[in-house]
Amino acid sequence: MDVDLSVEKLSKHFKEFTAVDNVSFDVERGNFFSILGPSGCGKTTLLRMIAGFEEPSEGTIRIRGRDMASVAPNRRPVNLIFQHLALFPMMNVAENIGFGLARRNESKAEINKKVGDILERVNLPGFESKKIHQLSGGQMQRVAIARSLVLDPTVLLLDEPLGALDLKLREQMKIELKRLQEQVGTTFVYITHDQSEALVMSDYVAVMNEGKFEQIDTPQKLYARPTSPFVARFVGNNNRLLGKVMKSSGGLTELATPNGDKIRAATQLNVTPGSRAELFIRPESIIIEPGELPDLNRLQVVVGSVLFDGANSQLLARSGDADEELLISLPQNRQFDHIRAGDHIEIGWDVSAGNCFVMS
Amino acid sequence: MTPLSRARSRLPLLIFLTPILLWLLLLIVLPHFDLLRMSFRVENNSGDMVWSANNYLEFFREPIYWLTFTRTAVYAVIVTVLTLCIAFPVAFYITKVAPPRFKGFFSLLLLMPFWVSELVRIYGWMILLRESGVINHFLVAWGILQQPVELLYNDIAMIMGLVYTSMLFMVVPLLSVLDSLDDSLIEAAYDLGSNSATIVRSIIIPHAMPGIASGSIVVFMLSLGNYLTPNLMGGKNSLWFTEQIYNQFIASFNWNQGSAFGFLLLVISSLIIFIGLKLTNQQLSRVIR
Amino acid sequence: MIRSLPVSASYSVGFKIYIGLFFFFLFAPLLVTCVLAFNDSMFPALPWKGFSLDWFVADGPERIGIFHDQINLASIWVSVKTAFFVTILSTVVGTCGAFLFEQEEFRFKQFLYFLMLAPLVIPGVILGISILLFSNTLGLFFENRFNLDIGLLRPGFWLVVFGQFSFITTLVTLIVSARLKKFDYTLEEAALNLGANRFQVIVFITLRFLKPAIVGAMAVAFLMSFENFNTTLFLVGSDATLPINLYLQVRDGSTPVINAISFLLIIGTSTLALVNLFVQKNKSD
Repeated sequence: MDVDLSVEKLSKHFKEFTAVDNVSFDVERGNFFSILGPSGCGKTTLLRMIAGFEEPSEGTIRIRGRDMASVAPNRRPVNLIFQHLALFPMMNVAENIGFGLARRNESKAEINKKVGDILERVNLPGFESKKIHQLSGGQMQRVAIARSLVLDPTVLLLDEPLGALDLKLREQMKIELKRLQEQVGTTFVYITHDQSEALVMSDYVAVMNEGKFEQIDTPQKLYARPTSPFVARFVGNNNRLLGKVMKSSGGLTELATPNGDKIRAATQLNVTPGSRAELFIRPESIIIEPGELPDLNRLQVVVGSVLFDGANSQLLARSGDADEELLISLPQNRQFDHIRAGDHIEIGWDVSAGNCFVMS
Repeated sequence: MTPLSRARSRLPLLIFLTPILLWLLLLIVLPHFDLLRMSFRVENNSGDMVWSANNYLEFFREPIYWLTFTRTAVYAVIVTVLTLCIAFPVAFYITKVAPPRFKGFFSLLLLMPFWVSELVRIYGWMILLRESGVINHFLVAWGILQQPVELLYNDIAMIMGLVYTSMLFMVVPLLSVLDSLDDSLIEAAYDLGSNSATIVRSIIIPHAMPGIASGSIVVFMLSLGNYLTPNLMGGKNSLWFTEQIYNQFIASFNWNQGSAFGFLLLVISSLIIFIGLKLTNQQLSRVIR
Repeated sequence: MIRSLPVSASYSVGFKIYIGLFFFFLFAPLLVTCVLAFNDSMFPALPWKGFSLDWFVADGPERIGIFHDQINLASIWVSVKTAFFVTILSTVVGTCGAFLFEQEEFRFKQFLYFLMLAPLVIPGVILGISILLFSNTLGLFFENRFNLDIGLLRPGFWLVVFGQFSFITTLVTLIVSARLKKFDYTLEEAALNLGANRFQVIVFITLRFLKPAIVGAMAVAFLMSFENFNTTLFLVGSDATLPINLYLQVRDGSTPVINAISFLLIIGTSTLALVNLFVQKNKSD
């Protein structure tokens, strides 16, 4: 596979603060690559270095093999969709989209044709002479994307472009953006703090925390097999159980919780007995009243409250006098309608469903 | 640093800085140093120029000078206070009371007279107020007066003229500052049981303070340094300090004495502006827009 | 109190009367001046003796209308020329000032900014005399040292231009700065990202964004220059500007020709200001 963007050992230090810390990754041609992280994790700085607005302290950025170190931002084959879009308010839609083409000294006719084509592509045919302030939030979004895509960049960078939209429009734009990327086949590098955006749209997601990449993986693996406690907690909802390692062999580790419950979990490596460990288990992995199913961890819990939210309904329950309450998905198939706050119920989950990390 | 970012931070700075430095140095800083220097030069008995504080001593020796000076400063303060008192309700009416659709129209109407030269406006007052003026004509025609009286060339006419001339510079900052006051603050205060007086005192005035300070400073400064209005509306008795400066420069051709007067005017205006800023707890850079 | 709160009828009516009186106070002198420009009389005073355009078009011997009044016409031309040069100079330098104080970082910036504001709080008369003194000092220096007689430094056209420029530039800087403050710098980055170079960014993005403010500042500069009296008074040479010329006539007794000039000025400046206002409104949309 061809690699469009290659970042190697990239760091950025500000006075006493390291925004990006030794980050390396490759993005293959035509991929939708997301960088997911909480605000302040350094993802915007990383993106601005790729666009050329920040100077890296160390490391190299290559686009299709070409080192970008001495290339000015206006000469890089990347385009950036800004967080607040940065559409030029004093120009109309066509002038905005044609701006980059005009800088390449393309002819008027050529520009008009390309602008018309790209507007068609983003479902805004005939919008050429509209003023920017006449557009809705979603339309502005599409104009911003068209303005960059018309230049046919090697890599399109997107800096949380959906952040300013309301929830409904955001859901719609997610799907639209994904479809558009598949159609044009341009490599997208997308940064966001919204895990749902990253999971829905991406081929690969990098989870970033405090300047470092914690994990780069497909959305499915990221969700099912996080490789660090941070990823486990940041991506999706997760329950966290603390315990002490009793024994570990053959990829199976047994923990004892402070409550005295015994829990087994699959681990990749064997761990030293006696060390402390944390186990993450997703709410939807927990089965309520599991009955006779084999190979389960089982706990007796007291229901604290029932949180009805349609398909996302959940139970809050506590095992003994544990500190943290467990979040348990409550399927709305009427099977569990009898459950009330204060009930004693049994829950269980498959041994292989949890993810266990040793704490240092 | 790439060549781009280096070029970005140095060259534009020089391009922008050079004309500004030339302007401020040649037309503001050096001329005022020259003013200060000239004010300490005096011609001695043998006709040579020597250093001396005599020009300033002369100011204190001659009552006409320092009386005019004090009178000018006091009147400028009176003009400022009057302008504020007249302009504040107008700005409040336009921003908060009048129907919103008239706001633009009122503001336009308010600015209109001030696009016209000060001289034209003062001339208008002159043909209204003088003995053969329009007001006298009507007063006599309606039988209120037997004989026309001179309404021009007195202190009241002069103060009114100064208030009129300065009005714009008070109204505009007040309009913008009151416009930025959220109506819901007033509604909340009302809802919490305040009466109008309390609302004005505790909500509106504190919010409007930057505008009040900015308008007052400009009006005071313009009144103090005004030559035209006192000269044309106050007549021979106007006794405005700028006229003393003009007389020294143009009539007596005593530039050194005139410089001393000019410098004193500069000092008093800076001083009063400084005190005004301190009293209202404002900063000059914030007050000017 | 305000629109949304209940008020007594007397408060509402009283306020309206006050506002009415205020606007009457504002417009009375201008209206009277305009009306009397058309009075068929030798004096700018009532009684009304009938409508006449004499003070605009008459060509002697008793009445000379403004269109044949060589002295006043000449002074109008001087004022236009002065205002033209002041506008060009102060707009260029003031725009530089706006860029300097909004975009650049350097030592003593605070101090320089303070100095830039100073002309606003220096009385115009003082500006006039200090520039007069300094140009005189410079002139003497060049004459004694190099035996050069520099006409530029004597009271006259260019000294008036420099005197007015010295404080109008501050206004331009403030007007343009106010708009530049609202400028979103990501627009510059976006333009760079789309392939524009630094020069193109300034021309296509920043200056285009500033255009309404620059046009507005030019109109203000032109009007301020055209009307300036205080500073000009001390720097004027043999070519009197219109305000100086009018002042001399008003002081020494007046004829309705001054009303005619005032009428034209009122119409002219109002038109300029209104056009400017509409341009601003359309641009900022």
